[in-house]
Amino acid sequence: MSMLRPEEGAPARVAEAVLLVVALALGMGGMWMVGYSLDDALPEGFWTYSIVLAALAFTTHIVLRLRAPYADQVILPAVVLLNCLSMATILRQTGVVRDADASRHLMWSALGMAVACVVLFVIRDHRSLRKLTYTAMVVGIVLVILPLIPGLGREVNGARIWIYIGSSSVQPAEFAKIAFAVFFAGYLVANRDTLALAGRKVLGLQLPRLRDLGPILIVWAVSLAVLIGEKDLGTSLLFFGLFVGMLYLATDRVGWIVIGLIMFAGGAVVAWSIFSHVQLRVNIWLDAFNPELVEGPSFQLVQGLFAMAYGGMFGAGWGGGYPSFVPFAYSDFIYAAIGEELGLTGLLAILLVYLVIVQRGLRHAIGVRDGFGKLLAGGLAFVMALQLFVVVGGITRIIPLTGLTLPFMAQGGSSLVANWIVIALMLRISDAARRPSPLPTRGALAEPAPAVVGGPTSGAIEVGGGRPVQAGTEAGAGRGVTPDDATQIVRGVDR
Amino acid sequence: MNSTLRKLSVVVMTMFMALMISTTWIQFVAAGELNDHERNSRAIYSTLGRDRGPIVVKGGEQIATSVPVEDNYKYQRTYSDGEAGPASLYAPVTGYFSVNGTVTGIERYANDYLAGEDDSLWLDRLQNLITGEEAQGSSVELTIDPKLQQAAWDALGDRNGAAVVLDPKTGAILAMVSKPSFDPNVVSSHDSQAAADAATALINERPVVGSTDGEERRSVYGPMINRTINATFPPGSTFKILTSAAAIEYEGLTPGAQVDAPNSYTLPGTSTDVGNFGGYACSPTQRMSLLEALENSCNTAYLKLATDVGRDGMQKMFEDFGFTESLEVPMTTSVGAYPGLIGGDNDDDSDARIALSGIGQGSVRMTPLQVAMMSAAVANDGELMEPYLIQSVRDSDLELVSQTKPSRYRSPFSSSTADALTEMMLAVVNSGSGTAAQVPGVQVAGKTGTAQDDPRSPTLWFTGFAPADDPQVAIAIVLENEGESTLESSAGSIAAPVAGEIFKAAVGQ
Repeated sequence: MSMLRPEEGAPARVAEAVLLVVALALGMGGMWMVGYSLDDALPEGFWTYSIVLAALAFTTHIVLRLRAPYADQVILPAVVLLNCLSMATILRQTGVVRDADASRHLMWSALGMAVACVVLFVIRDHRSLRKLTYTAMVVGIVLVILPLIPGLGREVNGARIWIYIGSSSVQPAEFAKIAFAVFFAGYLVANRDTLALAGRKVLGLQLPRLRDLGPILIVWAVSLAVLIGEKDLGTSLLFFGLFVGMLYLATDRVGWIVIGLIMFAGGAVVAWSIFSHVQLRVNIWLDAFNPELVEGPSFQLVQGLFAMAYGGMFGAGWGGGYPSFVPFAYSDFIYAAIGEELGLTGLLAILLVYLVIVQRGLRHAIGVRDGFGKLLAGGLAFVMALQLFVVVGGITRIIPLTGLTLPFMAQGGSSLVANWIVIALMLRISDAARRPSPLPTRGALAEPAPAVVGGPTSGAIEVGGGRPVQAGTEAGAGRGVTPDDATQIVRGVDR
Repeated sequence: MNSTLRKLSVVVMTMFMALMISTTWIQFVAAGELNDHERNSRAIYSTLGRDRGPIVVKGGEQIATSVPVEDNYKYQRTYSDGEAGPASLYAPVTGYFSVNGTVTGIERYANDYLAGEDDSLWLDRLQNLITGEEAQGSSVELTIDPKLQQAAWDALGDRNGAAVVLDPKTGAILAMVSKPSFDPNVVSSHDSQAAADAATALINERPVVGSTDGEERRSVYGPMINRTINATFPPGSTFKILTSAAAIEYEGLTPGAQVDAPNSYTLPGTSTDVGNFGGYACSPTQRMSLLEALENSCNTAYLKLATDVGRDGMQKMFEDFGFTESLEVPMTTSVGAYPGLIGGDNDDDSDARIALSGIGQGSVRMTPLQVAMMSAAVANDGELMEPYLIQSVRDSDLELVSQTKPSRYRSPFSSSTADALTEMMLAVVNSGSGTAAQVPGVQVAGKTGTAQDDPRSPTLWFTGFAPADDPQVAIAIVLENEGESTLESSAGSIAAPVAGEIFKAAVGQ
C-alpha cells in the first residue's frame, strides 16, 4: 500500500481542491438554472450528475496527490469546469434536441476521468512513452485507416470518420492524434538535428535534405488519405498542423513550416479541384447566405450564426435559446448553442479557459527538462489549440467548416476519453516539470553543448546563422544537461 | 526548443485572438444584421416564445395574456381568455400578434415593454442574467375603463362607427371602440396558414354601410382598422366648434353677438348657393346670436363666419389643435386634413373651400379622436391634454417601471373662449339639435354633426363633454354613413342618443 501514500514533502494541492470546488459549483449552478428555467424545478438527475462529477473530479485530484503531486493545479479544475458546463448544456438539450443525451454524456465523462486516472497511475514517467515511438506510429496509422475498412467504417453526414463495433461507434482519429503526438515527439527528438542542420539554404530558407523528407511525406500522405478517403478536412488539418507545429518546435526552421504549408495547400487545392464535396465546403464557407445554399448545404452554418447572434452580448440565458434549430447543437455545433444561451461573455470565458489549459501545457513544455517531454507536451497543447481553432474557426467562418468536436464540451465518447488522456499526459509532464530536481537547473553546464554539436558539422553551423540548436541561448535551459538530450545531439549529428 | 515553444505560444495566442475576434464579430458587430435576416425565424419565435407581459385595463382585468403551450412558440398570445366577444371589444386597442410577423396595436407599440426589452428594464434583464431566469415581459396597464368601453360598444349597436372617450383633465383615453371589430385570437393562431388566411380575409373585408335605395355602399375601412385613430371622416357640423373657437378667439365675438344667418349663402368667388339643412331658414330675420347659430347648427351662419375669420385664422386654429400632426397614443394616429394644409395638387384652398370648411365639409377630414379632442379642449379651459392609452408599466415583480404623467399638448384658445364655447354647447344639448344626448341630473355640453359626404347616407357625429361644470369625460362618436337625408336621420336623432348612453354610463346618477 506504500504506493498509495503521498510523497513526503509534496504539495497538498490545496489550490486545486479549492478551484475544483469553484468549477463544480459553476457546473452545478448551470444545471440548477437549466432545471429552473425549463421546468421550474431541479432537473431530473441533478444530484446524480453533481455527485458523480464531484466524486470523479476529487478522485482525480487524489490520484494526482498520490501519483503526480507536483502536477499543475489549474489544468484539472479548468477541464472539470468545461466538462461540467457541457454537462449543463447537454442536460438543457436533452429531450429538446434529438440525440442529445445527458446520461450518456455523464457516462462518457466518467469514463474519460477514470481513464485519465488510470493513465496517471500506469504511466509514472512520460519518458517511458518514448520507447513506444514507432508503435505509436503504427497505432496512429491503423487508427486513421480503420474507418476506411469496409464494414467497419461508415459514412455519416458525408464524412467517413466513424467505426462501428456492434451498436457503439468510435471516432478513431481522436485517439490517433495522441498516438501521432507520441510518435512525432519520439521521432523528432531523435532526428531533429539532422532535419534542422543538414541541407541547403535556398532564398534564405533552410531546406531539408531530400532523404529527411521521408517522414513528412508519410504524414502528408496520411493527411491526404484522410482528406480524400474519409472526406474529413478537419482531422486532416489537425494531423498535418500537429506535425508541422512539432517539426517547428524541434528544429526552429521556418523552412519546414513553409514547405509543410505549401504541401498542404497544394493537396487541398488539388482536392478542391477534384472533389465536389470539398468545393461545396468552400462555397459554403465563402457564401453561406447564398439563397441556393442556405436551405440546404449551409443551413447548419447559418443556423449556428443565427444562434450566436441571438445570444448577443449576454446570451438568452440557460433554456432561453433554440438549440433545436441548429443541427448537431449537442456535438459539432455546441459552441453555437452555448453562444446562444451564454452569449459572447460566456464564449469568451470558455475560450479563455481553453487558453489557460493550452498555455499551461506550453509552459510546462518549457519547464520539463527532457526533449521528448518538451515535444510531447508542446505537441499535445498545440493539438488542443489547433482542434479548437479548426472547430470554432469553422463555426465562426474563419476557415471552412469541418467535422471536429470541441474538446470536453461536445457530446461524444471518443472525444471525451481521448481528450482526458491528453490532459492526463499533460498533468504527468507538468509533474516532471515542476518536481524539484537534484539535477542542475537552467543555464548551468549549457555552454559546452554547441561546441560538441558544432564541431563535426561546421557547414551546418554556418547556414544555421550562428545559432546552432540554440543551446547557448536563454531558452536552451537544460538542453544538453540531461543525459537523454546529450545523447540525442551526438546521435543526430553522427548519423 | 524553449524559444520555439515561446514562439509557438505566441502563435497559439494569435489563434485564440482570431477566434475571439470572429466570435465577437458574430455576436456583437454583426448580431443585429443576423437577427434581422429574413431567413432567421428566431425573431418571431423569440418574441412569441417569451412570457410576454399582459395587457391590463383599469381595474386589473387582463385583456391579453401569454398562455404556455406545448409547441415551438412556447406561449400562445390569448385575448380575453380566448372569448371572441370581449376580445373583439378590445381588439382596436390590443391589436394582435401574428406568427406571420404582423403585430399591431398596443402589442406593437408597447412591444418593448411587453417583451421586457425596454431600456428602462435593464435591471430586470441583469437579474435574469444572474439568476438564469427566463426573461418575463412587463405588464402594460391601460387607461381604458372596461365599464365605459362596454357601454360605448353596446351604445353603437350593430352600426359601423367608432366611439372614443377621453378624460379631458388628463388626456387619458377611457374608451376606444371601433366597429366592426375582429377577434384577435383568430389571427394570432399558431397555425400560421390559418392565421394568414384569416388576416387576409379581414384585411380585404369591406363592411357594408348605408345600404340605401337597394344599393350597397361599402366602407373603405376594414374591420382591422382602428376607426378612432386611423380612419378619417368629414367632421360635419361638429367642426362648428372649431369655427366658433376661431371666431371668438380671433374676431372677439361673444355667444350673444349677432351674426348673419341668411337663408342661403353664395360661396365666395363662385355662384354656388348653399342653403341650410333640409332647406329650412335659420331665422326669420336672417340674423341670430352666435349661440343660437350653434344651438341650431345654422350652416349659412358658419359659412359666413369661416369666411370672416379667413383662411389664415381657420388654418391657424386647425394647426393649434395639433390636428396636422400625428400622435403616439402610443399607436400612431392619422393626421387630419384641412384646405391648404394637406399639400399636393388637389389641395384646393380657395375662399369657397374655406367657407365650406366652416361647417366641416369640403375637404376637411378628422379622426374621431381629433373630434373628441375639440370637446376635451373646451372642457379643460382651452388646455388640450395629450391623449394616452398607457397608464403604467409594471415589471414581472409588479414593480412600477414607468407611469404616464399627463402633459399639456396644445392651448388652442383661451379659458374665456372655452367658457363661451361651453355655454354654446350646453345650449345645443339643452334646447338645440342634441337634446337626445341629455342625461337626467347632469349638464351635458355637446355638438351634433351630419356630414353629407354621401347625400343618401351621411356620416353622423356627436361630440361633447359632461358634467359641464366639472368635466369628467369628453367623447366623440361617429356613425359611418348611417343616416338618410331627412331631418329624422340626422345626427340629433341617431348619434345623440348613442352619446347619451355613454354619458349615462360615465357620469349618470
